[in-house]
Amino acid sequence: MGPENLLLGFQVALTPFNIFIAVVGILLGTIIGVLPGLGGANGVAILLPLTFTMPPTSAIILLTSIYWGALFGGAITSILFNIPGEPWSVATTFDGYPLAKQGQSGEALTAAFTSSFVGAFFSIVLITFFAPILAEVALKFGPPEFFAIQLLTFSSFVGLGGGNPLKSLVTILLGFILATVGLDIVTGQLRLTFGFTDLMKGFDFVVAVIGLFGIGEILLSVEEGLKFEGAKAGMKMRVVLDTWKILPRYWRTFVRGSMIGFWMGFKPGGATPASFMSYAFAKRFSKNADKFGKGELEGIVAPETAAHAAGVAAMLPMITLGIPGSPTAAVMLGGLIIWGLQPGPMLFIDNPDFVWGLIASMYTGNVIGVIMVLAFVPFFAAILRVPFAILTPLIVFVCAIGSYAVHNSMIDIWYMLIFGVIGYTFRKLDYPLAPFVLALVLGDMAENALRQSLIMSQGSLAIFFNRPISGVITAFALFFFALPLLTPWWRKLRS
Amino acid sequence: MRTADLVTAALLMALGGIVIYDAARLGFGWGGEGPLSGFFPFWLAVLMVVISLVILIQVSMGSAQKAFATRQQFVRVLKVLVPIACFIVLADPPGPWSGLGLYAAGGLYLGFYMRWVGRHDWRSVVALSLAVPLITFFIFETWFLVPMPKGPVEAWFGY
Repeated sequence: MGPENLLLGFQVALTPFNIFIAVVGILLGTIIGVLPGLGGANGVAILLPLTFTMPPTSAIILLTSIYWGALFGGAITSILFNIPGEPWSVATTFDGYPLAKQGQSGEALTAAFTSSFVGAFFSIVLITFFAPILAEVALKFGPPEFFAIQLLTFSSFVGLGGGNPLKSLVTILLGFILATVGLDIVTGQLRLTFGFTDLMKGFDFVVAVIGLFGIGEILLSVEEGLKFEGAKAGMKMRVVLDTWKILPRYWRTFVRGSMIGFWMGFKPGGATPASFMSYAFAKRFSKNADKFGKGELEGIVAPETAAHAAGVAAMLPMITLGIPGSPTAAVMLGGLIIWGLQPGPMLFIDNPDFVWGLIASMYTGNVIGVIMVLAFVPFFAAILRVPFAILTPLIVFVCAIGSYAVHNSMIDIWYMLIFGVIGYTFRKLDYPLAPFVLALVLGDMAENALRQSLIMSQGSLAIFFNRPISGVITAFALFFFALPLLTPWWRKLRS
Repeated sequence: MRTADLVTAALLMALGGIVIYDAARLGFGWGGEGPLSGFFPFWLAVLMVVISLVILIQVSMGSAQKAFATRQQFVRVLKVLVPIACFIVLADPPGPWSGLGLYAAGGLYLGFYMRWVGRHDWRSVVALSLAVPLITFFIFETWFLVPMPKGPVEAWFGY
């Protein structure tokens, strides 16, 4: 375990074909990140069918590269157009857009891309070391432990997600319920189909992701009567180099942001709070605190570093435990299953070339990514100048193709549309979408883990508490679930 | 906003009711070798009904805020939704009729939307509604070998 495996990984990631795949992925990903209505999760979902015929390692490199590209792309729209493509780029707009309006978009973009790169790199190094250790621990896990981890995953959405905890809880339950629709593989019975043959296949989460995030997002943005008013993207080599001379001054912000990002990021839904937390810390400790929000470079460094560290850290539970930390990681997990791999700790033993190829490609992908976005910013920014009446049908068309291709079925395009309306409604009413998607993905796994645990214990729930590891994890999960109830009580006690 | 919130919570409760009904049919207790098929959905649905009820009470006690969507916003959303629905029907209508396939329907949809909403001139409308399906056709059908539903137009060209 360790360096020699990473070397093996680089041999896989650095073949000409895989480098080519990474470049294509980052290009597509950045375009996806820039386009309104498309982001990491649904971008990966739409392009998933393209990977069906590829070797698994190249396929995952394509998907992760799209993800890195989308993360970079989010920064472009935040800074130049004041449109956060993803929730975790909201904090980037605070100082990014003012800087761009002052004519310093080059500096702002350079700072954003560099910070993203540093944050991501920090997390990748940690993943390189922690992933094998975590996987080895996870090998000893039985069904109760896996169910406990699932509980922990969803409890953190309820306890730390912000918003109305009850609404988070309902979306989780709804996701799990939709996951049970169709054939129950254990008993062979049909559930919730009511005699409709179309329901027998159940709902595919890839289609749900495309609908919820893609179509839903488009509906939200047309409602606003969308108009883009962008700042100019001037990118000169001089500006990049000059900004790089300034950036080392903020090394504390870099370190702090990376640590916050990694720590928050390997828990689900962590990227957004991580970016805000890092921004708040930077403002608190900065000598120029009063300039924050008016165009302070450090105000870009802080959230971007944390968001990318978190975005990369979300991959850690996906590769080691088979439990994704974000909707994008969930779609990749779906990919693993389609390519015939078994997600979870056994990957490290059965498919070392895949795992280490993936980890090595994170290094190469981010290096290629930062160079590409720095070089082609004007091109990517030009995409947002495409008229809205062309972009909308184009995105819908691509979404429809992506939905159809998952199972070659037309009904999935209708589901996409229905999920689009659900996504639009949920977003407006503050029902969170990320836990909904994760529940839909993890539904079968969670149910199997629960069933097997209960069979082991003859139906007693005590099994989740009296095994040491699952006991600790379950206790944490219950604590997070109870957190929204405890917080007001705790505040009262202190005052 | 409040009405929409109440309706959503009520719908979720109703859905929970349906799930409970189905779980009761399957059995949600302990079978010969473990929990029955209805076990997991049953408890999920029970929780969902209870929590939706709490949300319902929460919302109805709160004050009415701004509207869920203004009339203008609603029209804008429908102007996107209805063409998408037409596009899907055109590609593959329900029932015995055969559709145009995804590419041709997609091209028509793109052209229609560009002309109707964007008021682009006919030249760019025609150019794009031909180019986009053609490019996607070659990417999916020939390069990545992912087949899409095809109609008379593709058949006419021998695909």
